[in-house]
Amino acid sequence: MSVAQTHHGRFLGSRTPAPSGDARWKLVAATMRRHGYRADALIEVLHAVQGAFGFLDDDGLRFVAASLRVPYSRVYGVATFYQHFTLRPPGKHTCVVCMGTTCYIKGAQGLVEAVQDRLGVKPGQTTKDGRVSLLEARCIGSCGLAPAVVLDGAMHGKIKAEDLVGKVEEWMKHDS
Amino acid sequence: MSPAAPGVVTFVMDGKDVSARADQTVLAVAREHNVAIPTLCALEGLSTVGACRLCLVEIAGSPKLQPACVLKATEGLNVSTRSERLDKYRKMIVELLLSERNHVCSVCVSNGHCDLQSLAQSLGIDHVRFPYLYPSFAVDASHARFTLDHNRCVLCTRCVRVCDEVEGAHTWDVMGRGIRSQVITGLKQPWGESESCTTCGKCVQVCPTGALSEKGKSVAEMRKRRDFLPYLTQMREEHA
Ligand code: FES
Ligand code: FES
Repeated sequence: MSVAQTHHGRFLGSRTPAPSGDARWKLVAATMRRHGYRADALIEVLHAVQGAFGFLDDDGLRFVAASLRVPYSRVYGVATFYQHFTLRPPGKHTCVVCMGTTCYIKGAQGLVEAVQDRLGVKPGQTTKDGRVSLLEARCIGSCGLAPAVVLDGAMHGKIKAEDLVGKVEEWMKHDS
Repeated sequence: MSPAAPGVVTFVMDGKDVSARADQTVLAVAREHNVAIPTLCALEGLSTVGACRLCLVEIAGSPKLQPACVLKATEGLNVSTRSERLDKYRKMIVELLLSERNHVCSVCVSNGHCDLQSLAQSLGIDHVRFPYLYPSFAVDASHARFTLDHNRCVLCTRCVRVCDEVEGAHTWDVMGRGIRSQVITGLKQPWGESESCTTCGKCVQVCPTGALSEKGKSVAEMRKRRDFLPYLTQMREEHA
């Protein structure tokens, strides 16, 4: 990247107004600055937005796209390609079922169906009370422990459907 | 045979010696020699992505099939563009494409002028062995002049590439992954609300099927015009 381009990027980047006065946009802006507003920092910056807000909304995507000078459609494509990113606010608790090849063979579909039946939501959705989100992922790198799930950020391997439903039920009934 | 001039390679295609520039793809060489290799994602004037795999060819001494649209001509290569195995795979690919969305030719604007339909015909596909998925996709008619029908899309990304590489707007891209992939305009907005679309219509012209069409066209009326693409590419090279 040439110096001129970097300057141009900085100029545009600093000119793009944040979507709101929310202080968390400052964190996002700092990440972009640290990467010199380079287009190839897109994934890093989306991580920063999701880290700060818990999800990616259209305003955030527009802000990032304009600041890094990446087309909207590309930003949206990247944000929907990686399972890690979510475009909807997550529930209080999240249940991520790995649907990677190994976990799939080891019965991940059954896990999803069990939770789905219990909660009445499909993967990618959150219960009406905003308590639990059911999500799917593609290989979380724990194939040796397949089928694997991630409950509120903690990995649980070789899990059985009834145990998983049990854990989800805890979330539902307690004020947890 | 005299030693090859610099940058020129000689290789065997379907048992015949052919020579080519070292920067040419096997597909380009095949076309120069009137050897027909089926393609879908490749289009002259656009970058190659090797996505559809219809142009796969066999290489003597290698178990791996290679896409001719990406494969560079190299000295001593021995490629076959036709074989039972290739026919089988090509048929399978087209059948899978047909089963994935809702390709109903009889009511399609592109009936009779569709790359997918002609491919199916030339490969002798008279039925599809795989269960149809019948996904439910909406039609985006929000644009003043054009319509997007995901039901007919094969995800070849020609629209994405022409919009980015030739028009320079990059209105299109692909969202999601795997079976849930889908072409989008802007932030998956209605096409008519996309800030970057210049209404140039290049995407419509390069689309191989009836996924992108001009408004006001009825069944079988949508004929695509693609001559602008090699023309623009050539002019830009001349004046670069
Ligand atoms: S497939 Fe689930 S962790 Fe790899
Ligand atoms: S034409 Fe070569 S992979 Fe599609």
